[in-house]
Amino acid sequence: MTRRSYDIVIVGSGAGGGTVAQELSCLCRDGVRVAVLEKGAKLRAEEFTGREMEMAQVLYQDGGGFLNAERTMTLAFGSTYGGSTAVYTGTSLLPPERVLQRWSVPNCTFADVEQRARKFMTENNVHLLEDKWINENNRLFVKGCEQLGYCAQQFPVNLKGCRGSSLCNLGCPNQAKQGTDRVQLPRAERNGVEVITRCEVLRIAEKTVFARVHAKPPGGKGEPPAWQAGDYQIDAKVIVVCGGAVNSPALLMRSGLGRMLPRLGRGFTCHPALIMVAEHARAITNFVGHPKSFYLDQFVQSDRFLLETCMYFPFITAKAIAGFGEDHGRFMRAFPRLQMILVLACDEVDAYNRVTVDGNGCPVVHYRCTPKVMRGLVQGAITSAKIFFACGAERVHLPVARCATIERKDVARLNQIGAHPDFKPGKISVSAAHLQGGCAMGHDSSDSVTDGFGRVHGIPWLFVADSSLFPNSLEINPYLTIMALADRVAETIRKNAHALL
Amino acid sequence: MTVLLPVRLIFRAVVCTVVPEAKNLGESGWSELETLVETTLQIHPRAMHRQLRLFIRTIQWVPVFRYGRRFTSLRAEERMQVLCYLQDHRLEIVRCGFWGLRTLALLGYYGRPEGAQATGYAADPRGWEALR
Repeated sequence: MTRRSYDIVIVGSGAGGGTVAQELSCLCRDGVRVAVLEKGAKLRAEEFTGREMEMAQVLYQDGGGFLNAERTMTLAFGSTYGGSTAVYTGTSLLPPERVLQRWSVPNCTFADVEQRARKFMTENNVHLLEDKWINENNRLFVKGCEQLGYCAQQFPVNLKGCRGSSLCNLGCPNQAKQGTDRVQLPRAERNGVEVITRCEVLRIAEKTVFARVHAKPPGGKGEPPAWQAGDYQIDAKVIVVCGGAVNSPALLMRSGLGRMLPRLGRGFTCHPALIMVAEHARAITNFVGHPKSFYLDQFVQSDRFLLETCMYFPFITAKAIAGFGEDHGRFMRAFPRLQMILVLACDEVDAYNRVTVDGNGCPVVHYRCTPKVMRGLVQGAITSAKIFFACGAERVHLPVARCATIERKDVARLNQIGAHPDFKPGKISVSAAHLQGGCAMGHDSSDSVTDGFGRVHGIPWLFVADSSLFPNSLEINPYLTIMALADRVAETIRKNAHALL
Repeated sequence: MTVLLPVRLIFRAVVCTVVPEAKNLGESGWSELETLVETTLQIHPRAMHRQLRLFIRTIQWVPVFRYGRRFTSLRAEERMQVLCYLQDHRLEIVRCGFWGLRTLALLGYYGRPEGAQATGYAADPRGWEALR
């Protein structure tokens, strides 16, 4: 085992880890040694091909096929330089004030989080796309909402030089998305932070990280790791865990912290989602242009669902369309005429839903949709169907209906279907990409894992800085909030550098 | 190929029921489809591989009770009925098993560049520029 020594080790390079790396990189000037350990690879610009299976295999954990323990839901999260910021659509929303107030985390005010989130909006070039770059998949959503009296809103996005490839979720082939892989990590590296990719953190002990660096597989994508393949013991005065809502609690658990932190892994939420598909009579611009430009949040508080425009790739779309055979194939062959909406349920903390580890220390996510979540998904699906028809769709695929294909002439049936849905876990494709909780902030170890600044209760040298800090669902896309919380963690470390380092 | 080899014929019959166009695949198309599925399966533990093979073998024998023939000997509409039965099964574990198998079939078929192109999907890294 090779031994290395740093002052600060950051585990993970996504919205949390990338932000912490940048915000601590100023310490490098004073001789402080900072390293980021990232499990995934760093791809070269020309390796982002936009080919679905090829990119999913190298950018996502388990190739995008990570399942919950019940095998009823797919969880998508990035495993690459930049983490999930390399594979999201760049949507950048400020946290809702009502949510932060409900979280009631000590020393964590809405004003503080908002101000920090705004800093990253500026830094990452967050803006509204010009109208001329909005495709018909998005325009039709707005039109349908208007017809029904709903108020669709435009997503601020963190793009620079977007060419409209629509391939955001497969890593932008034009490097237009301003995630931590484009902004914070390169800046941190320029300031002296070392980033070691293909480095899997096995466990943490007293001010020590045990990690395994994997060699680049023959013919594989990405740069080779900065260190030789093998096992490492890395001494660090401060360790910041930023592996995300699945990997961070799992890492702390296999490091033996579960007993002193009874809330570890608890409070996992993920915005379970359904991909809705509708067919128009004519081809529309859908697989060109930014895929996620609008959302509808007016039902979040009343019916616990959020709608967003989306456009996925052939396999993901095929998986989302319930059933099989000729009916299924008919929707697939209509791809250039398809419009899509993503229904996200605003789930809440539930005692059953949690992250644990198996006998090998691998993360296991236990998640069941509560009746409330199922109602939210059903209502969201019905509302999406109404929007589809209001903007001119000929037929809609409604996965929560026994007979899933709804023709335009049957639009009146929608409310009946809503009253008697056919929602069977394991039959419908539910997926989630907004993974949150597991190392929640709070008062003490009886209600949380960390304090309001991400410091693990009872362990002054150990911090968490990612979406696992959320005490409950954020109810919107989480990246700016993660960055804002990570900024707070970094500031705490900087302010206490004399004591910690 | 390691996981699917012992159940290859049944797997192909399932794929042709899930995606009827798969009937037109040549041997190279099948090889590509099965390689994609095998690559995906390598991420998952061996226990899951065994469960998958067991589930596929179960599909072969389930119809014997109703039709007196194995799955691979059924007509297309009978195969559809068998898979519909599994998809809507009252036991969640059976539904999940079928969902997983169906997902692999769709991944293998639509994950191939030819399968994706056949849908009319033609995203291009050049985006709007490619439309001109």
